[in-house]
Amino acid sequence: MAHKHDPNEKVVYVGDSRIRRHNNVNVPHDYSAYPGKSEAFIPNFLLKEWMVGVVVLVGFLVLVIAEPAPLGYPADPLNSSFIPMPDWYFLFLYQLLKYPYTSGDYLVLGVLGLSGLPFISLLLAPFLDTGKERRFYRRPIASSLMILSLVACTYLTWVSWHHYQEELRINEVTPEHIKRELEAEEAVKKGLPRPVPGKEKIPAMVASDDPTFTETMKEAQCISCHGAELQGGNAPALRGVGDRLNEEEIANVITNGREAMPAFKDQLSKEQIDQVAAWLAKQKAEGAE
Amino acid sequence: MFKNMYNWIDERLDITPMWRDIADHEVPEHVNPAHHFSAFVYCFGGLTFFITVIQILSGMFLTMYYVPDIINAYYSVDYLQHQVAFGAIVRGMHHWGASLVIVMMFLHTLRVFFTGSYKAPREMNWVVGMLIFFVMLGLGFTGYLLPWDNKAYYATKVGLEIAGSVPYLGEYIKELMNGGTIVGAQTLTRFFAIHVFFLPGALLALLAGHFFMIRKQGISGPL
Repeated sequence: MAHKHDPNEKVVYVGDSRIRRHNNVNVPHDYSAYPGKSEAFIPNFLLKEWMVGVVVLVGFLVLVIAEPAPLGYPADPLNSSFIPMPDWYFLFLYQLLKYPYTSGDYLVLGVLGLSGLPFISLLLAPFLDTGKERRFYRRPIASSLMILSLVACTYLTWVSWHHYQEELRINEVTPEHIKRELEAEEAVKKGLPRPVPGKEKIPAMVASDDPTFTETMKEAQCISCHGAELQGGNAPALRGVGDRLNEEEIANVITNGREAMPAFKDQLSKEQIDQVAAWLAKQKAEGAE
Repeated sequence: MFKNMYNWIDERLDITPMWRDIADHEVPEHVNPAHHFSAFVYCFGGLTFFITVIQILSGMFLTMYYVPDIINAYYSVDYLQHQVAFGAIVRGMHHWGASLVIVMMFLHTLRVFFTGSYKAPREMNWVVGMLIFFVMLGLGFTGYLLPWDNKAYYATKVGLEIAGSVPYLGEYIKELMNGGTIVGAQTLTRFFAIHVFFLPGALLALLAGHFFMIRKQGISGPL
């Protein structure tokens, strides 16, 4: 390639590259040439947009600091009593697929007809609504369909959330992330380290040869949930329970049940319950050898 | 000095036309809230992008601590939340940002819909925008599993059952996403890969298309 430029050549390149050499300096367009009060994107408008962004950012960070991200207990595939809950923006879909004509035999209608079809028509909206009119009040079909979907989604989300709250109330369940926070708070108040679920040190069993444990509790099937060594399973560990509850409270839980725990007042006599409670109350970390 | 540096680069790469295309354009009066307050509805697209940038940055920091396996995932999140300096803030931003990005995108979609901005010649941009919407929902769904607590596990199980109920293809979709027949170790690594590589890749490509088209066509005119 020639490195010398012919002064009469029309197009002059930078070296042997394909970049054209030009001598005009970077002069922006004159915005007064455009109609209306338009302004430059950089820096004028971007600065204003950034100010809106900062307001949003501050609000966002206040939320982040005020409400820590939730974390429940480690996933347990054998937990049969957990109430499933998708993130809030899927609730409308979750609720929609619970109705008689959208589930069971009609699930195909629910999934394809009532969920898939609206999404596909939304995707293809410009090809379905091809009129030239842009104002929404002059496009009654498109606008009313959209408003109807919005109302439906809002309603379904609300119903789904309401159902969830009801279910929590009926089953006397506290959402796990809240339960965990409370537990952590309690432990910290007592001066203990913050508990990490599944990583707690379970104290050894006290008086493990007591017939209360080897006979009464085996017959009552305590170990099927609380574990053969009372190390916990579907239900909490009972070793060390004496640190959390006193004898009276334990007897009350056995008699009347609590959350997922059934009541045992019909299966065990009062004496048996008292025996078991007394034995469990002895299960303290300091007593364990 | 910066001007000299710019000119030096410009002479070699001729970047001024590129710069003009990306940044140097005028903003018309009808979308400028400084002139018409109601024009704030035109901010939602920009805010969606802003939150998306926050999501990408906070997500990059989260992967420094997160371990995508079923034994350690939960404990790595717990450690991040309670032991790492500012970990709770970064995870909080990613958690709440996921919701906020959906909200902003939803408002942006409504603005475009009710101002009829998706009409000719901007049909393709609407379609790309809806694809971005679906990718975002996919990011929300896959990200929800990653902390591996009960809420994550059972929501994913329900979600995959719904996917499994699609006629003919459902079972294949379900097995593909599960990485087997149950929600387990394979599902978690799969969702992690989808959440941090596949979908963000698709998202960036779609965003590039979205922005290219808006710059090429300009913002839709006043009603």
